[in-house]
Amino acid sequence: MKKFDKDRLILGFAGPVLALVVAFVLTTLVLLASGTNPVEPYRLMFEQASYSDVQVLIINQAGTYYLAALAVAVGFRMNLFNIGVDGQYRLAAMMAALVGASVDLPGPLQILLIVVVAMLVGAFWAGIAGFLKTTRGVSEVVATIMLNSIATALIAWLILPKNFGDQAAGSNNLTTGKIPESGWFPGLSMGVEAGEIYGFTFVAAACGLVYWFVLNRTRFGFDLRATGASESAAQASGVSAKKMVLTSMLISGAVAGLAGLPTLLGDTHTYSLDFPTGIGFTGITIALLGRNNPLGIALSALLIAFLDKASSALDQFGYEKEIATIMQGLIVISVVVSYELVRRYATRRQQQKVGEELAAGHALTTEKEAAL
Amino acid sequence: MRRITRIATVGVMSAALALSVTACGESSSSSSSDTSSDSKGGKTAIAYDIGGRGDQSFNDAAYAGLHRAEKDLGVKGTEAEPSEGESDADKVQRLTSLARAGNNPVIGVGFAYAPAIEKVAAKFPKTTFGIIDDSSVTGDNIANIVFNEEQGSYLAGVAAAKVTKTKKVGFIGGVETPLIKKFQAGFEQGVKDTDASVNVLPQYLTQPPDFTGFAKPDLGKAAAQGQLDKGADVVYSAAGLAGTGAIEAVSKAGKWNIGVDSDQYKQEGLKAYKESILTSVTKDVEDSVLNLIKSIKDGKPQSGEVRYGLDKDGVGLSVSNPAFTKMTEVIAAVDKAKKGIVDGTITVKTTP
Repeated sequence: MKKFDKDRLILGFAGPVLALVVAFVLTTLVLLASGTNPVEPYRLMFEQASYSDVQVLIINQAGTYYLAALAVAVGFRMNLFNIGVDGQYRLAAMMAALVGASVDLPGPLQILLIVVVAMLVGAFWAGIAGFLKTTRGVSEVVATIMLNSIATALIAWLILPKNFGDQAAGSNNLTTGKIPESGWFPGLSMGVEAGEIYGFTFVAAACGLVYWFVLNRTRFGFDLRATGASESAAQASGVSAKKMVLTSMLISGAVAGLAGLPTLLGDTHTYSLDFPTGIGFTGITIALLGRNNPLGIALSALLIAFLDKASSALDQFGYEKEIATIMQGLIVISVVVSYELVRRYATRRQQQKVGEELAAGHALTTEKEAAL
Repeated sequence: MRRITRIATVGVMSAALALSVTACGESSSSSSSDTSSDSKGGKTAIAYDIGGRGDQSFNDAAYAGLHRAEKDLGVKGTEAEPSEGESDADKVQRLTSLARAGNNPVIGVGFAYAPAIEKVAAKFPKTTFGIIDDSSVTGDNIANIVFNEEQGSYLAGVAAAKVTKTKKVGFIGGVETPLIKKFQAGFEQGVKDTDASVNVLPQYLTQPPDFTGFAKPDLGKAAAQGQLDKGADVVYSAAGLAGTGAIEAVSKAGKWNIGVDSDQYKQEGLKAYKESILTSVTKDVEDSVLNLIKSIKDGKPQSGEVRYGLDKDGVGLSVSNPAFTKMTEVIAAVDKAKKGIVDGTITVKTTP
């Protein structure tokens, strides 16, 4: 039993490691082919990552990515592809910022209100896709992609000064107004130079624990995984697949709603035109790389955040920062390929093992029979 | 058993996380801190807006200013580009490390830098920070460089209304932000004041936060095609790099273009279509950047709002296309409108 676990662990790590090595080699080839020094960019990136302020940026970004990736992973476990995390978190952050800016409650209540609003909005937006899937059979992939665009348009309309937006005098930006200080989530200061780690990053980590517990230690989690593995089998054992689809979409959306909050509560305190975008799509990469495992996702989130932040200063040294983008793209491709390779290898190995055990077991029984 | 290993790994993981934070050394800025004094000509840094250099427009104009400062004033320039979808925290980090490296001034191109400049400027009182297109954040060491885009666009409207034969002119805005709406407002007012029977067909390529409307020429091309199909024969595109697609489509149809920000008739990348570029609404980002750098070198750093309007030729209408200068009647109308705006008899709206 113990040996089997070790095997599983090694195989579990083999996939991502193989993918990273392949991506690294391919990126180096790209660098060579484009006639750039293939070593210097990496050195610069590691040098950047050794600075405390960049480290804080990486941790903060990883927290944001982690939440987005968890949202995607909840869907993946249920065999649902929620591409709409991007729209869900943006709409959620915007509505939460609006509500937060128009209400002034004492500290914890204000934060709680903002968090609850964000989760509800995220869940609602994802729930539309879930509802369409369960009632009309619309593919959640198509529905969530479209809902992303609708969210963009809706936000652009809501944030107009004639609706709910606010344009400060002399500014060319539109905001939702500032959340009062009671709604600022305290962070962990790392010194004046380094800045502070958003308090919500720790909430993100806690969400990872909850995710692990719910999926692996509750009946609901079992139902969810069972339905994801085989809808018909789950149905046969008394799980309502439709209910599970809708519920997991709602949960996925609620978690997605949290993804904008580290930035909103810890830094900007308002939703403006330049609020970070694209986190939901990065979340898909991270969930894939982390194999939907809370720990794997955490490591992948850190990795992608590292690539993002460490590369951002490359252009100041005369290198293209798009190197990191190329690397991220290559990671996604190699992840898919290497996981498939590892899976095939594992299946073959298992078959071999079972074959051996059967052969051995058979020999044993015949001996016993002989003894009889 | 399995539970224990899981818990152990979680423990290791969180320890690693904690380590990576506490074991960190110095910050990116402290390592490269020759804050004390500048190199001979001084050091200047520019942090670009989305799109970066090569957008044939806004960012390139800022670069042109820096380039001239390097050549004429002997300053050493550093450039930094943003990543797509980044947050304010990234901008703060970028500006901080640029300021700490001894750059003065540090210039943020575009309104998105405003919150970051406000934070960083307070930390470096001896460094001047320039921000283009924003006057909402203020400080002794912040120079707010703003333009009256609506005034230049008004003149373009006058020219368009005079030139159009179909009585339909197009306006293509990159992203529907308050800034681009200033271009639309001025243009529409200019058209209507000149000839009320001319219709303006306004169209925006994308809605924020989708800023690809400044970056994707294919979007501009499709939009221009649509306006041509509706009968427009003059198209004014205020869409950064996406505008080049519009210029291509309009040029192929044999209609008139009005360019934006730089004098696009003279631009190398648009050489093939230059005959169709009637004029461009210029926004002299180049000189504004140069002036700011120069003011620091002269020991009189700019501070507060530095406004560039029609009166100071900070915005205007370019006259490099001979086909345009030959239209004496149009030129006369434009000049009259310009005079009206400068002496205050015409006030141009900033919102459509």
